[in-house]
Amino acid sequence: MLKHILAGTVAVALTSTAALAADKVTDPQIAHIAYTAGQIDVTAAEQALKKSKNPDVIEFAKTMERDHKAVNEQALALVKKLNVTPEDNAVSKSLSDQAAKELKKLGTLHGKAFDKAYVKNEVAYHKAVNSALSTTLIPSAQNAELKSLLETGLTLFKEHQMHAEHLTSTMK
Amino acid sequence: MGAVKTGRASAIFAGVLLVTFGTAASAAEYQVAIAKMKFGPLPEALHVGDVIVWRNSDIFRHTATARDASFDVDLPPKSEKRMTVERAGAVDFYCRFHPMMKGKLNVQP
Repeated sequence: MLKHILAGTVAVALTSTAALAADKVTDPQIAHIAYTAGQIDVTAAEQALKKSKNPDVIEFAKTMERDHKAVNEQALALVKKLNVTPEDNAVSKSLSDQAAKELKKLGTLHGKAFDKAYVKNEVAYHKAVNSALSTTLIPSAQNAELKSLLETGLTLFKEHQMHAEHLTSTMK
Repeated sequence: MGAVKTGRASAIFAGVLLVTFGTAASAAEYQVAIAKMKFGPLPEALHVGDVIVWRNSDIFRHTATARDASFDVDLPPKSEKRMTVERAGAVDFYCRFHPMMKGKLNVQP
């Protein structure tokens, strides 16, 4: 199951689903993945706020920073309340590695080239996270409050994805 | 004696009712809920002078912003704000932070 999410989020070819079916993603792992995914987008937004001069991109990045921080604050409050310790795992690690590479790549770009690459990555990133949320993370979550927070996240991130897609279409 | 007292009390009560209805007729108040990244049902019979209370139940900051710039209400997480409707006509509005959230007010004079 973990490797399945990995495949969905970072586009690693999945060779054998049958072999992975026995794996199960637990709530502490889900919490870690969701928090990591949010933190990655906050970091990406911070980079955009430093580099971009495009008012629409800046506004978008500010919204990403604000919204993802809001979800993560809620997630932290929830794990504290439930007395759950988020557990690092292969998916979180892979997400972080991939994000570090992307951050480095975007760091070399400037001006319009940066804006376009940042927004394009935001589209792809939200799409991947949303797919992981709806196909794996939400169905696997055992705790009702965690599930509900993930669902709130999905509603929000879908809007972010459409927002980013719209922004891409205006940046030709 | 008892009957007179009751009569007077009824008259006063009727007066209070009249005042209450009179106020309601000249300026109604409507709540618009914002939850789960959506604007809830909008008032259908909206008139100039009516009050809209925008109530944001999300953990995210939203706005209710008119496309024609006639209003721009900032709504921090879990907050509500009152707005008096000032112009007649149809006005499209959206959330500046989440442009996919949108709606239309139809205001009668």
